[in-house]
Amino acid sequence: MSWVGQSIERVEDAALLTGRGRYIDDLGTPPGTLHAAILRSPHAHAMIRDIRTDAARAAKGVTAVITAAEVTRLGGPLLAGIRAPIQCWPIAVERVRYVGEPVAVVVAADRYLAEDALDLIEVDYEPLACVVHPRDALDPTSAVLHAGLKSNIASDRSFRYGDPEKAFAEAAHRIAVAVHYPRNSCTPIETYGVVADYDPWEDAYDILANFQGPFSIHPVIARALKVPGNRLRLRTPPDSGGSFGVKQGVFPYIALMGIAARVAGRPVKWIEDRLEHLAASVSATNRMISLEAAVAADGRVTALAWDQVEDVGAHIRAPEPATLYRMHGNLTGAYDIRNVSVRNRVVLTNKTPTGLNRGFGGPQVYYALERLMQRIAIELRLDPLDVIRRNLVPSGAFPYKTATGGLLDSGDYPAAVAAAVEDGGLAALKVRQTSARAEGRLYGIGYTAVVEPSVSNMGYITTVLTPEERRKAGPKNGAQATATIALDPAGAVSVHIASVPQGQGHRTVVAQIVADALGLAPKDIRVVTEMDTARDAWSIASGNYSSRFAPAVCGAVQLAAERIKAKLSRAAAAQLNVPAGEIEFAGGRVHARHNPDNALPFGRLAAASHWAPGTVADGDHALRETVFWTPPQLAAPGEDDDINSSLCHGFIFDFCGVEVDCVTGELRIDKYVTMHDCGRVLHPGMVAGQVTGGFAHALGAAVYEEFVYGDDGSFRTGTFADYLLPTTMEVPTPVILHYESPSPFTPLGAKGVGEGNCMSTPVCLANAVADALGIAEIDLPLSPAKLAALLPRGAP
Amino acid sequence: MKSAPFDYVRVGSLAEAHAVLAAEGGDAAVIAGGQTLVPLLSMRMARPKVLVDIMRVPELAVIVAENDSIRVGAAVRQAELLAWPELGASQPLLALALPWVGHAQTRARGTVCGSIALADPSAELPLCLVALGGDVVLSSKGGRRTVAADDFFTGLMSTDRRDDELIEAVRFPGRRTSEGFAFREFARRHGDFAIVACAAVANEKVLRLAIGGVADRPVARDFKGLDGAALDDALDAFASELDARDDLHATADYRRMLVRKLGRTTIEEARRCRA
Amino acid sequence: MSRLNADARHRIRLEVNGRAVEGEAEPRMLLTDFLRHTLGLTGTHVGCEHGVCGACTIQIDGAPARACLTLAVQVDGAKLHTVEGLAPEPGRLSVLQEAFRRHHALQCGFCTAGILMSLDWYLRQTPDPGEVELREFLGGHLCRCTGYVPIVAAALDAAKRLRDA
Ligand SMILES: Cc1cc2nc3c(=O)[nH]c(=O)nc-3n(C[C@@H](O)[C@H](O)[C@H](O)COP(=O)(O)OP(=O)(O)OC[C@H]3O[C@@H](n4cnc5c(N)ncnc54)[C@H](O)[C@@H]3O)c2cc1C
Ligand code: FES
Ligand code: FES
Repeated sequence: MSWVGQSIERVEDAALLTGRGRYIDDLGTPPGTLHAAILRSPHAHAMIRDIRTDAARAAKGVTAVITAAEVTRLGGPLLAGIRAPIQCWPIAVERVRYVGEPVAVVVAADRYLAEDALDLIEVDYEPLACVVHPRDALDPTSAVLHAGLKSNIASDRSFRYGDPEKAFAEAAHRIAVAVHYPRNSCTPIETYGVVADYDPWEDAYDILANFQGPFSIHPVIARALKVPGNRLRLRTPPDSGGSFGVKQGVFPYIALMGIAARVAGRPVKWIEDRLEHLAASVSATNRMISLEAAVAADGRVTALAWDQVEDVGAHIRAPEPATLYRMHGNLTGAYDIRNVSVRNRVVLTNKTPTGLNRGFGGPQVYYALERLMQRIAIELRLDPLDVIRRNLVPSGAFPYKTATGGLLDSGDYPAAVAAAVEDGGLAALKVRQTSARAEGRLYGIGYTAVVEPSVSNMGYITTVLTPEERRKAGPKNGAQATATIALDPAGAVSVHIASVPQGQGHRTVVAQIVADALGLAPKDIRVVTEMDTARDAWSIASGNYSSRFAPAVCGAVQLAAERIKAKLSRAAAAQLNVPAGEIEFAGGRVHARHNPDNALPFGRLAAASHWAPGTVADGDHALRETVFWTPPQLAAPGEDDDINSSLCHGFIFDFCGVEVDCVTGELRIDKYVTMHDCGRVLHPGMVAGQVTGGFAHALGAAVYEEFVYGDDGSFRTGTFADYLLPTTMEVPTPVILHYESPSPFTPLGAKGVGEGNCMSTPVCLANAVADALGIAEIDLPLSPAKLAALLPRGAP
Repeated sequence: MKSAPFDYVRVGSLAEAHAVLAAEGGDAAVIAGGQTLVPLLSMRMARPKVLVDIMRVPELAVIVAENDSIRVGAAVRQAELLAWPELGASQPLLALALPWVGHAQTRARGTVCGSIALADPSAELPLCLVALGGDVVLSSKGGRRTVAADDFFTGLMSTDRRDDELIEAVRFPGRRTSEGFAFREFARRHGDFAIVACAAVANEKVLRLAIGGVADRPVARDFKGLDGAALDDALDAFASELDARDDLHATADYRRMLVRKLGRTTIEEARRCRA
Repeated sequence: MSRLNADARHRIRLEVNGRAVEGEAEPRMLLTDFLRHTLGLTGTHVGCEHGVCGACTIQIDGAPARACLTLAVQVDGAKLHTVEGLAPEPGRLSVLQEAFRRHHALQCGFCTAGILMSLDWYLRQTPDPGEVELREFLGGHLCRCTGYVPIVAAALDAAKRLRDA
């Protein structure tokens, strides 16, 4: 019996349930630590004419006030993923470009005093015209945010795969949708936090932050602090209060607080408050998409033409424009479509810069693609589910190379759809719809099929560069995952991984895997997950994003455990006088397969390399093994811009029944079914948790949450009373189904599962609403006031 | 998000409260449950010089049924009124509406009078006070006065209270025989301030519907004797007269539409409840 | 009547989890800061500081309330319960805590203390809640990780076990 696959209780929970978690704001700080507060721009776009800080510097308890002057003197700009003559700093330099942009930092004895001093800083702003909507950013006459660019279009690339012109010319139908996916964010309940210290004698920074990775950002921060990477020791606390990608966005503050600590000459701590978080942390991108399909008479799609305008806000902050390119290898979704053209533009507007957010590019892409599939069905008078089925990548076609270069690793999409239809009760749902409609109620059914990518190729972002630019810059690819296993002098097993968990129970799952490999119990394995770039094994791909834990990190753990096991087996073979191939690990003992009594306690064997290395053959010292693993499938973008942007591709098929209230326009979810193929399931309880949690996020994005800006760039959703998160009252219980197609590309066969519903659910709900109301166009959020205005005439 | 500094005075009697308010006037703020004031302090949207904590004044902490009305003192928390054993019999409308005021965790601290003092146009308790035709007891060093609900709410978050006055209590008329009540609310999420809230009172003399969340304060209208299409027309007229607002979550038109539809349902429910 | 000066720290005495404690606070200090940074009780979390998320929920004089909407000076003399006092003894979880662990009702755990403190009170008031009623009560808490499904299941399971106990 193996531990993997069981929903064992999490080792993390007892501490968290008793108030003994160790989140960043719970940890002790060095004596003399000061506290920072940040003055932020009230304007969306303005020149800073003057900043007067004398009164603030003289205020009670204040040690330092930091403005652009100090930051530009001591630091450098934050590098981004595209070549453009623009700079992004962790503080506004000369001009502010969004409401909430940092303008000054006060460092004082406590946070209350720091905020008192903020009141005393005077800033003279000269307001400028602003650009809020991406449509306006395309307008060459709009106010330009970054003078170096001459317009607000930071990147404009076109791609062509197969022969889309021919497919469109020959198509029986051309069917199109135009959507605008709104801004929102997964807003973890814990906000950002940084504790920074600077050692002037070593010119080195030691910074603790609830950063989640990817650690490709580490060199960006080091550059911004003007030190080599070995002088930026970046650490993370043991616990984090959620992230969903968002805590990648703490990195500009890591640089900013580093400089604040350097100026103050003391450690500086900053805990972001919720108002700062909503206004100015990060948001997912809003995106305007026009998507057109060439369609055969039977509903088969022969080509797609994408035109995407990505709004990254006021700066291109690393790793943007990654949101736009993460889905590049799977722009054809779950479908077998061989011809694709793409135009991708990245525009700048006077809004908060964007960054990682659960789903990362998926919600936007699938909103367009799956709305389109529904429109095809309606315009051709076909059943929407038939259109989906007819276009799915066929069974037996895996691994399947997509038109844009993705490699779909495994699956059986038609079988998973069939199982969902059957086990999810679609027939009964249709009956409910018929009877609801007979009563005059507005009841709709929506469908979505989605490919959920996981384990990002660190090179996909370079698809934004031309092949020529890529050649100059040198190839980028891969996804190094790492794990270290160590045996102590009595055989106790410790594991370190660089996965920076944000609440996903990594320590538990890793203990299960190692316990299985070494014939121990999970309680025998101690797993440490806090990161310290000065001491731990890590790579730029380390961190918690692109659902890489189960497929990549657990894979590395498995390989490290196997390596230890192989060494121990050889050592045991010598002692037990049997071939190494006959050594087995079970129940805390190591024994000969055919004679279980011929055995050694695991601890004794494991201790040998410490106490009696002379008895262990050279090369078999099993003390500590660090494995780096990167999948060979993740190559750099090709000359034809083909890119396998992710290693694994799970499959999701959702359908739902919803009712729109004929009076209030309120949306009620009658039933939601979500089928997942995430490869091998390592811990069913946690997989369910990822699905229900992702579903709740998606429901929020679909119905309640939107970052709203006024025409003047003012930010209108600055509190949790305006930016509405769903509560227990709003989130129904989805029906979760599974179909298991292990990935051939990962050591354990697992794929990512954390983000899929953020990609599938918003559009599934929108499709159901469009069906209920009989409308062709609908953008999110599906708020009651909006739906009420779309109610069919003659509704009661 | 930390408050600017202020002095803090915990008063032990009404006279002490009056004395501080008289001395400090507009520089003082009463703190009752703090459920609205504390976040305003933390956001530095309120910057009083001194806070007057009235929650330990014994004479303010009482609910009394007197002369056909329920007098709720300034230190009575929303949860206490909701748990008051006589509430259902004495004033069913409050029993219907109170569970909509925030959440159990805010009702445990927030006071009834604090909500009246705040005069949020979307708040449930001011709406009930207007629907029932209750009044507000104000007192200061200079004396005591009683103001009818309709006169007390003077605009968006503004009231007839003077800076030196304390809301000592509010009085909700008690239930009369053969009186029916109904309460309906539409909000984005349960526990949010209302987009539209409706409270109706039906008895032999009146059929009053009060609307919250639409105009700058709760507004009541009598629909006695109206039925069928005439009632619809009257509701239409009422809705279009209300000075509705657009905000993040709803347009003015949407609010007016809800007034017509929810208003009618609420009226009918109050009538049925009376019968 | 005593006036506590804005710029000075004042001694606050109260009972937390059955023990007398004291500390100093300026009038403007929030109870969340006082609990976490003065008394060292960091199990109570801060998610919004404006009363909406519920992460800071504790029990004040026997009822669940937001610590972030309360000033430390307001609770002078009060009896507080926080998550640190929930487990019956080190190494043993309460029935409610155990149910949370069994049902995977927490992921990051940041919202959890507040939810536990609310539920601990609620299940004593309402030993046999219906799901709708329970969900309505939990509406005063935001959790970003779990989608609430396992939280509701854990609470119902704990209620049953407490009734059967
Ligand atoms: C998450 C959340 C949700 C909420 N939802 C709702 C809701 O749906 N509906 C709703 O109505 N409310 C809601 N509220 C607000 C409600 O909880 C408050 O309790 C109420 O509005 C104010 O009461 P309080 O006792 O807390 O007053 P405080 O916050 O102490 O004071 C509020 C204001 O009234 C003044 N004041 C208070 N008492 C007096 C008095 N006796 N005399 C003179 N002035 C006084 C204060 O100076 C202050 O200006 C919500 C609050 C939160 C945090
Ligand atoms: S921190 Fe108190 S409710 Fe959010
Ligand atoms: S468990 Fe993370 S917010 Fe609830």
